[in-house]
Amino acid sequence: MSSFKRDKKEEEDSGGNPYQNLDKTIVLQEARYFNETPVNPRKCIYILSKILYLLNQGEKFTTKEATDVFFATTKLFQSKNVMLRRMVYLCIKELSTMAQDIIIVTSSLTKDMTGKEDLYRPAAIRALCSITDSTMLQAIERYMKEAIVDKNPAVSSAALVSALHLSSSAPDLVRRWVNEAQEAMNSDDPMVCYHALGLVAGLKKNDKLSTVKLITRYFGTSVKSPYMLCLLIRLAAQMVETDDSDNSKRFIDFIEYCLRHKSEMVIYEAAHAIVNLKKPVRDLAPAVSVLQLFCGSSKASLRLAGARTLACLTAKRPTAVAACTVDLENLISDPNRSVATLAVTTLLATGAESSIDRLMKQISSFVSEISDEFKIIVVKAIRRLCTKFPRKHQSIVAFLAGMLRDEGGLEFKAAIADAIIEIVEENPDAKETGLAHLCEFIEDCEHSALAVRILHLLGREGPKSRQPSRYIRFIYNRVILESGPVRAAAVSAVAQFGAQRPEMLPNIKVLLSRCELDDEDEVRDRAIFYNAVLDTGDQQLINDYIINVVKLNPIQLEKALREHIATKPDEAFDIMSVPTEELKEEKEDIVEVEVKKPTQMTTEEIYNEMLSHIPGVERLGPIFKRAQVVELTEPETEYTVRLYKHIFARHIILQFECVNTLNDQQLEQVHVRLDTPPEYNLVSIVPCQKLVFNKPDSVFVVVEFPSAYLDSLGTFGATLEFVVRDCDPNTGNPDPGEGYADSYPLEEFDINCADQIKTRTAAEDFEETWECAANSPEASETFALPYNDIEEAGKAVCRHLALPNEAVSGDAIKEIKGCGIFRGGAPVLMKAKLVAINVGVTMKLAVRSPREDIAQLLLSAIG
Amino acid sequence: MGGLFSYFRGLLGAREMRILILGLDGAGKTTILYKLQVGEVVTTIPTIGFNVEQVTYKNLKFQVWDLGGQTSIRPYWRCYYGNTDAIIYVVDSADRDRIGISKDELVHMLREEELANAILVVLANKQDMAGCLTVAEVHQALGLDALRDRTFQIFKTSAVRGEGLDQAMDWLSDALQARK
Repeated sequence: MSSFKRDKKEEEDSGGNPYQNLDKTIVLQEARYFNETPVNPRKCIYILSKILYLLNQGEKFTTKEATDVFFATTKLFQSKNVMLRRMVYLCIKELSTMAQDIIIVTSSLTKDMTGKEDLYRPAAIRALCSITDSTMLQAIERYMKEAIVDKNPAVSSAALVSALHLSSSAPDLVRRWVNEAQEAMNSDDPMVCYHALGLVAGLKKNDKLSTVKLITRYFGTSVKSPYMLCLLIRLAAQMVETDDSDNSKRFIDFIEYCLRHKSEMVIYEAAHAIVNLKKPVRDLAPAVSVLQLFCGSSKASLRLAGARTLACLTAKRPTAVAACTVDLENLISDPNRSVATLAVTTLLATGAESSIDRLMKQISSFVSEISDEFKIIVVKAIRRLCTKFPRKHQSIVAFLAGMLRDEGGLEFKAAIADAIIEIVEENPDAKETGLAHLCEFIEDCEHSALAVRILHLLGREGPKSRQPSRYIRFIYNRVILESGPVRAAAVSAVAQFGAQRPEMLPNIKVLLSRCELDDEDEVRDRAIFYNAVLDTGDQQLINDYIINVVKLNPIQLEKALREHIATKPDEAFDIMSVPTEELKEEKEDIVEVEVKKPTQMTTEEIYNEMLSHIPGVERLGPIFKRAQVVELTEPETEYTVRLYKHIFARHIILQFECVNTLNDQQLEQVHVRLDTPPEYNLVSIVPCQKLVFNKPDSVFVVVEFPSAYLDSLGTFGATLEFVVRDCDPNTGNPDPGEGYADSYPLEEFDINCADQIKTRTAAEDFEETWECAANSPEASETFALPYNDIEEAGKAVCRHLALPNEAVSGDAIKEIKGCGIFRGGAPVLMKAKLVAINVGVTMKLAVRSPREDIAQLLLSAIG
Repeated sequence: MGGLFSYFRGLLGAREMRILILGLDGAGKTTILYKLQVGEVVTTIPTIGFNVEQVTYKNLKFQVWDLGGQTSIRPYWRCYYGNTDAIIYVVDSADRDRIGISKDELVHMLREEELANAILVVLANKQDMAGCLTVAEVHQALGLDALRDRTFQIFKTSAVRGEGLDQAMDWLSDALQARK
């Protein structure tokens, strides 16, 4: 009795789930009970449920454990208890992938599937198909065919669906059942004909012609099963996508016809299909009006479907959705918050500027009731709004700030902070208010990662504001109140103010001096470092080490440092040899679909890995730069070759990445014959031993630069040379016998200035830097550029000097300013003025560099 | 205590006896099972795995397991040995070539500890076929002379004609009753 009481108490504690604390070993022990006779069905069912529960919780069974349980379970076939038998089927299905020798139940299941007990038959079919592999399938083929056309719909459906599963492992065998499946398509049962169509279409999916026949057979006839009709719509939509001819019109007509069906399911499927067609459809209106009706339905599921599909459509065709504004407005107050959120975000994307304030008021009324996930969707929608209507920034930022104060997880808070940061960055008018909100937020922010980011932003943007001193208090409060990482970030931010606002310098130094006594090493170190740099008063130093610190890729930096310590620990480390952070252009999808991206090696790492195989590569020193990829062949030729130029201080590694597009050839001993300009020295070639069909592989050529910089511009000719061996297109095995030598001419390529120069983030005080370099040798010249459009001329010059397009400024008179580092490490400053004249564009280009020859080289490159 | 227990057992009806039908493939095990259960000869296919049926013979209930006899399935016989009261070992009397294999399997099986107390019935089946081994020949070929400490009997049967099965089941029922 006492144990009973305890059990009951435990049950209450665990919230009513009797399976919550199951232990695998104990359950496996209990499974031995199956060997007892006579069978106690009640008890066995309970144990089987425990096993199923464990399996579905992702508990791993070893092969031995699974096999033991499986064999114990087979003993239960002696009981005729229907409930128990059905649990046995489920268990067999679950264990079929883990246990060995599962074929042992084949006879018993075959008997149940053909027997008289209708409750056994469908489940037995499913279990049987899960234990049968393609070799055993033939033994049950006859029974499967009979089951497919069985008059009991449950049996027929089970057989059809099981066949569909089997068709992935034994497509040829299952294809023999297609006649039976086609017969089942005429069944009266709506589910059976749906499943039958699914199987037939699945078996014919590679045969377009018969798929077309399969679908068109139902055009103009009345299909009774709504499920089947839905599948037909999907198939028709696929046909539209793959078929470019006029044929696709028939399919579109069919789908549009289905919009008038009486079943909501079919109507929705048709509307969804039309809206999601990748091809432009003449008229979205019928589909949209159907969705519009759904939005006004009394069923929450229909409203959700309508709102969701319209939300997706917004991304592609905002105008089409605009017609539904009134219906979506009604959904804002929907009791279902998911529907309401979708409605609001859709309206935000389509709505006019005037309606924004009202919409935001609406959201704020229920934002506290929706989950973080939906909140993030709302935040993103609002964020986009600010790009669209920059003038609305005040109310938008205020709204986001309000959300920041609400309860929420890190992801949600981070999304808001990101949104505000982006708005601050792209909209100068919003800067002051945005920063003020962020300041307030960090006063009470429990996520240190977020606080660090915001402090960094304040350090960058704060000094440029009209009243920088007001931020200092917020930042310095962090130093007093927060944890180590936040304090360190605050110190860096404070230092920025000292560096950029001379009038604040004395005060800042007092603050930094106080931080020099901090408990945390990092905080102390930073304070001492910044104080020392600020003490020098050297603008160049302050710029390089506080204001415009080069952002290095941390992984590459670590790698470079490790290598440095391993190879030459006594020398000074050259930080410029580490590649800077790659700026990635990210395209943001408007439709919110989360896709997990697989972790990838960075391109940097891939190349380093490839180059590490070249003998002697370590002697070339650290890599300086990788130039843009050059295509050396036309696309769609027999062999395609692209060139990667890896530039080192005194060498280039030319990587010819070749792809053999002929499936009946295998190339061997592939190498490249190079015609180099006279001053270049060929150092070594690493040929590619074997180039099989469609698998890229590379030939590497190491070339030494001419000793004089001025000679380094030149044109290279290249020919691909190889031995061809014919091979079997199917297996890829080469035919016996010798191959024959052949060659393939490649296009010429240049080594130009852009290859040899690495641009750095242009400092904002370029003019000062330019003046600082006044003692350096300068080369300047005036050119007439063969361009009619000054924009294009500017871009061309940038391209030539490896400068980003942002380096161009001005309208009528273009100015280009940039700085860079030439291979070998010499800094270069470039300044150009472009003026449009009657015919063409005139440019005056001046280059300053400690090495005059480099300055000259850059000029000569233009000519 | 034992007496009391058996008294109750008698009162509630006897426990189901657990019987295994074993033998090489094609010996006629499944045919015998269904002949016993429904009294008819059914068409069978090779058993991949097992069939289990409840058979009532003269008010006695048996739970009969017919295990497949193919080479690939024989290794699994042992999974079903536990709690077995009797074994019906079926031999194809017309298959002279494989009688040796049949003997090996039998000997191998009888060595199992779990079957130490099981009663053995050997059925020299397919006696209707021309040129088949006689009972005595089967007896000898299986080396049954060497069996010690085991209750066993051999019968000549023809499952398709229904001959000999009743005698065998009568003997088995008596033997099982007697052992109680």
